[in-house]
Amino acid sequence: MARNKEKLVLLLDVGPSMHGVLPEVEKVCSMLVEKKLIFNKDDEVGVVVFGTEETNNELMDEVGGYENIVVLQDIKVVDGDLIDILKKLPRGTVDGDFLDAIVVGMDMLIKKYKGIYKGKKRLCLITNAIHPTKDSLEGSKEDQVGTLAVQMTAQGMKMESIVVRGILSQDANKRIMDENDRLLSIFSKKTRSRTVYVDSPISLLGALKTRRVTPVTVFRGHLELSQQMKIKVWVYKKTQEEKFPTLKKYSEKAPSTSKFATHQVMVDYEYKSVDDSSTVVPPEQRIKGYRYGPQVVPISDAERDAVKFKPEKGVKLLGFTDASNIIRHYYMKDVYLFIAEPGNTRAILAVSAIARAMKEMNKVAILRCVWRQGQQNVVVGVLTPNISQNNKIPDSFYFNVLPFIEDVREYQFPSFNSFPASWLPNEQQQMAADEFVQMLNLAPSGKEEALLPEFTPNPVLERFYHHLELKSKQPDAAVPPLDETLKRITEPDLELDFENKSVLDSLCKHFELKENSKLKKSARRLLPEKPSGSNGEDGNGNVSDARAVDSIGQEPVVKIEKIGDLTPVQDFEVMMTRRDNPEWVGKAIREMRDKILSLLTNSHGGDNYLVAVECIIALRKGCILEQEPGPYNNLMRYLYRYCQEKEISTFPKLLASMDVTLISKSEAVDSNFTDDEARRFLDKIKPEPKD
Amino acid sequence: MDLDPEDVFKDEEDDPDNEFFQQSESSKEYVVYLVDASPKMFNTTCPGKDQKDEIHFHVSISCIAESLKTQIICRSYDEVAICFFNTREKKNLQDLNGVFVFNVAEREQLDRPTARLIKEFDCIEESFMREIGSQYGIVPGSRENSLYNALWVAQALLRKGSIKTADKRILLFTNEDDPFGSLQGAAKADMTRTTLQRAKDIQDLGISIELLPLIRLDEEFNVSVLYSDLIGLDSEDLAQFIPSAGQKLEDMKDQLRKRMFTKRIIRRITFHIVKGLSIQLNTYALIRPTVPGAITWLDSVTNRPLKIERSLICEDTGSLIQEPPKRFQPYRNENVKFSMDEISEIKRISTGHLRLLGFKPLCCLKDYHNLRPSTFVYPSDQEVVGSSCIFIALHRSMLRLKRFAVAFYGGSSRPQLVALVARDEITTAGGQMEPPGMHMIYLPYSDDIRDAEEIFPDTEDDAPRADKDQIQKAAALIKRIEMKDFSVFQFANPALQRHYAVLQALALEEDDIPETIDETVPDEEGLAS
Repeated sequence: MARNKEKLVLLLDVGPSMHGVLPEVEKVCSMLVEKKLIFNKDDEVGVVVFGTEETNNELMDEVGGYENIVVLQDIKVVDGDLIDILKKLPRGTVDGDFLDAIVVGMDMLIKKYKGIYKGKKRLCLITNAIHPTKDSLEGSKEDQVGTLAVQMTAQGMKMESIVVRGILSQDANKRIMDENDRLLSIFSKKTRSRTVYVDSPISLLGALKTRRVTPVTVFRGHLELSQQMKIKVWVYKKTQEEKFPTLKKYSEKAPSTSKFATHQVMVDYEYKSVDDSSTVVPPEQRIKGYRYGPQVVPISDAERDAVKFKPEKGVKLLGFTDASNIIRHYYMKDVYLFIAEPGNTRAILAVSAIARAMKEMNKVAILRCVWRQGQQNVVVGVLTPNISQNNKIPDSFYFNVLPFIEDVREYQFPSFNSFPASWLPNEQQQMAADEFVQMLNLAPSGKEEALLPEFTPNPVLERFYHHLELKSKQPDAAVPPLDETLKRITEPDLELDFENKSVLDSLCKHFELKENSKLKKSARRLLPEKPSGSNGEDGNGNVSDARAVDSIGQEPVVKIEKIGDLTPVQDFEVMMTRRDNPEWVGKAIREMRDKILSLLTNSHGGDNYLVAVECIIALRKGCILEQEPGPYNNLMRYLYRYCQEKEISTFPKLLASMDVTLISKSEAVDSNFTDDEARRFLDKIKPEPKD
Repeated sequence: MDLDPEDVFKDEEDDPDNEFFQQSESSKEYVVYLVDASPKMFNTTCPGKDQKDEIHFHVSISCIAESLKTQIICRSYDEVAICFFNTREKKNLQDLNGVFVFNVAEREQLDRPTARLIKEFDCIEESFMREIGSQYGIVPGSRENSLYNALWVAQALLRKGSIKTADKRILLFTNEDDPFGSLQGAAKADMTRTTLQRAKDIQDLGISIELLPLIRLDEEFNVSVLYSDLIGLDSEDLAQFIPSAGQKLEDMKDQLRKRMFTKRIIRRITFHIVKGLSIQLNTYALIRPTVPGAITWLDSVTNRPLKIERSLICEDTGSLIQEPPKRFQPYRNENVKFSMDEISEIKRISTGHLRLLGFKPLCCLKDYHNLRPSTFVYPSDQEVVGSSCIFIALHRSMLRLKRFAVAFYGGSSRPQLVALVARDEITTAGGQMEPPGMHMIYLPYSDDIRDAEEIFPDTEDDAPRADKDQIQKAAALIKRIEMKDFSVFQFANPALQRHYAVLQALALEEDDIPETIDETVPDEEGLAS
């Protein structure tokens, strides 16, 4: 897919005034290449830095000028070396000229592809644009930029400029900044370029789209306003969660030295009869069953096809309504974008007219959509206007899915006014809260909005790619701590807190919180846990072991909160008897279950089996005491299958010898097993003698 | 029951999909519908639409029928019993007079709703007088107390299961606010006392009794005569509780419907407001897509469920892999391996709490800042006394200043930024339309937002824009196709309705599949006019 490849030149300002943000530039650019190495392996990237002491580029050799610009890397297919280069950008010594850098970058793209390559060509400029550009030899700077813009469009290039400003750049000459902004805006107006301004390290990390996703339409066809009136539209996704990469399973069976080993794992499913696990039921004998209450109703695919709901493909307008009728929290999904069919002026005008009229009248449209032929359901949703702020971009709509009756739970909640007066804030408290909400402002006028979703990168993904890169060099590298810059997404901004210290203090002073004395556990729960990678990893030690030991000594009523490795049975029993909160029982059972499973899976030659059996017996006793047979019985059946699958025979034998049965109905009413069935489980668990 | 090995490891609290879409068996509910069948229920009506009056008995029956249909789809683990009192015939294990437990074949008295139950209950009114009959159970000179008997039977029905694993409720439908009104003196006092004691005993067992009063046009339902004591309402609840007299039928139905469901908390979370100030919130899923249940594979010969066994096979050697395998990502010409522990470590970037970061004007929350259905949060003083007070203060400030809160929600599956949008309570005659509280809206990261609108155009020209005249024409069109009373959930999901209609017909072995109506199809004629 040659057309789908991207040729990208990074133009990075490394002059002295940029040194403060270069670590972020290094991070975001290496992440860009890291993702390309996985998702767009054939993309080609070149790197140009400007503001350097040295000069090294072809244009200087050919025509002179273009000083202080170094081509760090000619355009080439992405590889690991590129990351190494981007992770160690040189620190420049002079103020760079971004226009010269753009020319150098364009020259590289033109020379390399000589008009043969028709795919995506892109320049990406990161600068603070606070230093003057050189005067042009002929005409004004504006004329020069205009010529460049024409050339850029003719060559099919796009440019993305990230301008780092605000607290990230020193006080600069306003006249120069304004001139630079004006020059950059010419690119935005005349070419397919976009310029974004960022003023925090977080938004610098978020401003550059590090993963290139080729947009795919969800629907192309008519938006039917009525039977006669139709507008041709294309529908895209506007938001879609970028998921944590799905990693493949790795098999260590083949020797790691083997060149031809794929190390891939195949997952095989076998459908077996519940009554007779030795027979595999072939596909043609299987039929799908659907639950209806306690019944499972079998329906063959052919039957289902004959009767299922089969709506016609199409997007139809149900009507317009006041925007206030659709409350924001009813939005059910990620967001769709409706654009008029590209190049279709009539459609573009129609969308523009309706969007603008909706905006003026404060209306939204309700649509019924079936995106594809053969789709088995419909969605009803809300279409809202998106008035374009950019002259080059047509008006469009956003769309989101609304709930059906079946999707809504109409729970009732007490009205706040019905609360006792002591629960309601008094006047001073309300004032303290008002001031707090007012002052802790993330979007103060005149400043960049903090934590704007568009500019806030996903810290988990960043951490993953960072770790991936580390591991590729050192396979046993530990998970790195969360990047300091990204940590600020997860925690309050200390600076903002500091500025508003008096407001915060006043809030704390006016509101008093008390643990509910009847529930001792709350104090624990509200103690902050340490996230991984934070300073002071020692918090992760297995505290309850130490406690459990203590508990044998002096204090009989120690609050055990976790099942440790040393005395799991005792920990479990103590947790089960805690009466300060009903949740302990569930937690104890859950943890015990996990403990048993981990004992079993981490057992070498059966060394953990005895402990595991003791734990199982304790769990059984506890579940009968609490009349909750479910978790125990489910676990046992799982263990049975686990042992069978892994051909473990000693453990089931051990269980059988200790007479560990399922919990029967007579022991706990909720059990699904009669005494007899519970006992028979024991027979089943004794492995059939192998031949 | 088929057991999915993954399920054993699944921690309910770690899996958002689980929390989002599924009901687990452990949070089930046992409900006894206790319906007054006295002659008064049959000769009192309330005015409905189109001058069609409906009798109170019918209103109760249709509410329960509706609820059963929802329940079998959304909460099929819940168990129900339907019990009439003030009946001519009796049918209950205790053999008490004036109480009739309705049931169908192949079902225990308190059990999950089945297709047959729904079907037969739908036509119960046809045979009611013939087979069950209506008759006052509390009459002067007799020692019978049908209300007492009914409560006793309900309690016995709810003996099943542990209170720890199930919510147990009795929902009482009646239009009689003074059941002992016909009695006098000692007999009346005695019956009142024993009935209240019975109710108290029931509540002491952890069973809640809820009253769903049916109202007449001309008369109030006076809860304080008996029922406020019986169900244990205090004066503050009381004021909220009493529906006004003369309510419209639709509103009354709305209210009954809403009150038949209990709230289910999906999680208790800690909300850090500032250092040293952390409150407790409960989260609720008010809106989640309802989907047809999962497929269970059956053996077509026996119709018995099949179990699925998964095995991992090494592609190189063909051998079976026993231990949980590592994962890998091809990168830089090699396979970089990760253990599952490392992966969960990478994802753990914060505590599981909700942490306030600041506030923004509501206009900063764009239409495209959305990924999933929202979650509702409401304060709780259960663990931390004072939580509600701070929450309400912030709620009021946010409403007044038109701000929303931005917070970081550090769950282990997808830690992310959220917007907390305060909503004021909205009530109508039909009850609460919008609860007071905050809605947590999941915000996208920059990685999740795409700029598809910027792909085009390829030309140098500006994009065409509609002029004033064109906008005006569009405005006229909008006025013409306006839906004045649109409410967000006025449509039933046609695919789901169809799916369950088919299932119901097949489950009952009926030949004809009932027609379902797709309400979402636009009224083409209406628009064209």
